[in-house]
Amino acid sequence: MADQKLVEKSDKASQLTLGFGLGQTEPLAGSSESVGKKKAATKSNSKPGSGKAPRTRATAESMAKQQREISVSEFFAKNSHLLGFDNKRKALLTTVKEAVDNSLDACEEAGILPEVEIWVKQTDTDRFSVRIRDNGPGIVKNQIPNVFGKLLYGSKFHRLKMSRGQQGIGISAAGMYGLITTGKPIQIISRTSSRAVAHLYKLAIDTKKNRPDIIKDEAIEVDFPHGTEVTIELVASYNKGRQSVEEYIELTAIANPHATLILHPPVGATLDLQRGTDELPDETKEIKPHPYGIELGTMIKMAKDTEHQKLGAFLTGEFSRVSPAVAKSVCAKAGVTTATWVSGMETPVIEKLYRVLQDTKLKAPSTNCLAPIGVEAILAGLLKGIKAEFYTASTRPPSVYRGNPFQIEVGLAYGGELGRDRHDENPDEEKGKREPAQARVIRFANRVPLLYQQSSCCTFKSVLETKWNNYTLSQSSGAMPRGPLVILVHMASVWVPFISEGKEAIADYDEIRKEVKLGISECARRLGTLLKRKKKKSDFAKRRDVFTRYIDEVVEATRSITTFNKEDFRQSLIALSQNYTAAADMEFDDHGKVIKKAKPGNDLGLANTVVVNRDEETDGPEALFEDDAPKKVANVSLKQSKKKKKRRK
Amino acid sequence: MAKKTIKTTKTSSGPKRVVKRNSEQTKKQLENLALSIVKMAERAQDPAIAIPTRSLSNVSYNEKTRHVEMGSNKQSRNFFNYGQAKRFMQTMLVGSKCKDLIDMGKTASIRQIYYMSKHTIKGTKEKTFDDQAESDPIIEDLEVAIDTLREELHVFASNRGNLVGPITLVDDGNTLDCSAMGSAGYAVPSICEPDMIQFKKCKAKFILHVEKDTIWRRFHEDRFWQTHDCILSHGGGQPARGMRRLLRRMHEELKLPVYVLLDNDPWGYYIYSVIKHGSINLAYESRRMAIPDAKYIGVSSFDYDRCGMSDDVKIELDANDVKRAKQIANYTWFAKKKPWQKEIKKMLTNGFKMEVEAMISKNLSYLTEEYVPMKLKDKKQWLD
Repeated sequence: MADQKLVEKSDKASQLTLGFGLGQTEPLAGSSESVGKKKAATKSNSKPGSGKAPRTRATAESMAKQQREISVSEFFAKNSHLLGFDNKRKALLTTVKEAVDNSLDACEEAGILPEVEIWVKQTDTDRFSVRIRDNGPGIVKNQIPNVFGKLLYGSKFHRLKMSRGQQGIGISAAGMYGLITTGKPIQIISRTSSRAVAHLYKLAIDTKKNRPDIIKDEAIEVDFPHGTEVTIELVASYNKGRQSVEEYIELTAIANPHATLILHPPVGATLDLQRGTDELPDETKEIKPHPYGIELGTMIKMAKDTEHQKLGAFLTGEFSRVSPAVAKSVCAKAGVTTATWVSGMETPVIEKLYRVLQDTKLKAPSTNCLAPIGVEAILAGLLKGIKAEFYTASTRPPSVYRGNPFQIEVGLAYGGELGRDRHDENPDEEKGKREPAQARVIRFANRVPLLYQQSSCCTFKSVLETKWNNYTLSQSSGAMPRGPLVILVHMASVWVPFISEGKEAIADYDEIRKEVKLGISECARRLGTLLKRKKKKSDFAKRRDVFTRYIDEVVEATRSITTFNKEDFRQSLIALSQNYTAAADMEFDDHGKVIKKAKPGNDLGLANTVVVNRDEETDGPEALFEDDAPKKVANVSLKQSKKKKKRRK
Repeated sequence: MAKKTIKTTKTSSGPKRVVKRNSEQTKKQLENLALSIVKMAERAQDPAIAIPTRSLSNVSYNEKTRHVEMGSNKQSRNFFNYGQAKRFMQTMLVGSKCKDLIDMGKTASIRQIYYMSKHTIKGTKEKTFDDQAESDPIIEDLEVAIDTLREELHVFASNRGNLVGPITLVDDGNTLDCSAMGSAGYAVPSICEPDMIQFKKCKAKFILHVEKDTIWRRFHEDRFWQTHDCILSHGGGQPARGMRRLLRRMHEELKLPVYVLLDNDPWGYYIYSVIKHGSINLAYESRRMAIPDAKYIGVSSFDYDRCGMSDDVKIELDANDVKRAKQIANYTWFAKKKPWQKEIKKMLTNGFKMEVEAMISKNLSYLTEEYVPMKLKDKKQWLD
């Protein structure tokens, strides 16, 4: 198992090396080698420079002299953009992000409600010192140099478990970036308990050898009982607005309502986001791969590496959701028995077994390895962070891509102050077009906000593919819907397939895209229902206005033509008017059927939805009536889907 | 034909003239309309006014009378209909103002009706009417809804059209000799009912009706009406009801044949159609206004070749003209007339239209001294 993962890792690394090595003019060519292992030079046809100058012919021997191992640190030092250090602004964000991710992971794993404090100080024109302190379990003294001073060193790579960090690159890469740009080592203070002594380390990274270089190592006194404090000085720039540290912290708070986040920016007020719930997310478990998600090659590899001797034990022991009964029937169909020796199985047999497994109906992978944010927490996060009028959220049932369980959650916030005072002005509006701004997508992977590469992200593509026109929102083909709308998409998985090491966009798997779209549709349907109802209501209210406005005119005019009881006529017209606009009070369910509704007010009968009525601007004909504009009372109601089912009978 | 004695109805004269027409019945009809609305409301029905449709779909051509007549299709104007509520209210408002006019024995112009009915609705900034264009069709709606005429509602329009010629008439008690009206001629009022206008003397042999003021002035200046003993009139485009009513009365009461001279374009064809058979919009007025014996003497599409016109007078047909021409050709009252089908087809094949002014391009007097006399002589060139 561990080996298998290692191989996967090295495959990945070699792919990366290959992919970028060819594009670079570095002495990487020819050495498509993975980390840590050296392979004898086989092909030595490296690409020579394509100049017109007379060529100096290299021999295999001369080239062999140049061929040597590349440390992963060295590779990433030269390709820091792969890790999210493309520019000064992003470097700062990535540093904060990696540290905060680690802190939250550590706290949750230790069952501690996270409290993360971040200080960003400007030390020079383009230099910033970033200090992140958490109240986590701390790190054992011996491990500190490895965790912070070595790339691809961590607890999270070798397991299938949902966590923010995955590879063990992030924080050490940030430290390395700081070291490269400012020469200042990374400083770590960590304390494991109130009885233990705190340690201070100053580390540099020896990029050639991918190992920490300890500059300072001493015991110090600190005023926190347990936790870790990391300080990195780096060349960076501090901005506000989109893709800023502040946005990152705000979004993190939305997806992590159990965490307290405090940001002290270099200028301006402290951003203090206290936790909204004292409940930690459910603990997640490591899982075995699910047969539906693995490839044949992986299965052959697993059969080779397994400690189990008999096929039955191998199937039930190495895979998720393969019960002894299932194993038995699968074996029978493949023409083997559960007692067959795994080591003696030929590839065609394994292939047969693999095909049978794919055709067998298996339970979805266990979901306790996933800790979705949950509908209520998403709603709470959105309510806290976004001033909208309508909120709804949906947690999809878990699904599987490539053997990895994942779960999609979608939240929508609509109306209210959205689109009114947005810090990113819609350029179209300046041109005089009165089109509403495009909706905003906020993306999360394992509760971590994704701020870059939106357009390559699977979730973003799913938003574009959703037919928003069906939900009464305007959308030109292939574009984002327009309107005061925020779309939140969260993917929880034991392994989130990012398209790059920078962890900025989720890869486009059909299974993932399908789930995201289903989640979006579910929420958008509720939004559409609300919008239709609102429109109907306002239409009928307008009608009533019009009728009421004209009744006196009609009464007076008719009365001046002939004689009758004016008051009776007026009263019957008023009664008729109310009768004809009574539909304004009716409610319809998702299928367009009339629901008999007893409760007045803002209760829309939609599951997992919150509606906050903020005072709306009166416009159009309604503005004519200054005195009888109805005052709206804020009303928040949280409903569960069960109630909805009852309501529908 | 030349001299006629006409019985004149007595008109009251004096500073305060009170108009009494068929108003008692109209008043009754208005009251019935109001009462029916009150009844509907009492019975918890949506108050509605049934208004006969005034469009091509609801007119038919009566071959016997040769009138365009209004059919029986009615539209319901409901108060509790979001799109109709305001117009319903406006209809009742105009109705009440007409009732007031009848009660007071006064008449008002359609513009005055607009001002009388326009006010701000209590408690709002909304006006009952924003534009006269809103109230004008409401008056027509009311006419058809209670089966009456504008005049009977004591409403009139502004004067349009002039005439000149050897006729003496009494207008509102004043005797006017229309051959001595100066260069502008006699301005034809909106209401030309017998109680307003009576014919006293007439020496004319026929009526020549032209399309516009400018052409009319050409004929007037050339004293065409003196040399040909005719009444010369124009309607300023499509003739208003006053002009049409007066033409009809002169045709009927003085037995004067009516000849019309119009532009050679779809618009001219339709003016002729309105004079001859009645208009689609006011089909209910045909019985009082249509002159089925009126003749179209020009300008015909064939006149370009017939008169040897120059290229300069051609005005190219646009898509709209072509569309309109085809529409007119399809009107039932044109459909069966071969000469007309030929005429319209010829215009379409020509690809151009001509104004009456085209004849002036030859020389200034060609129109009055050669073209029209030639046309009047040759019946074969007329279009019926």
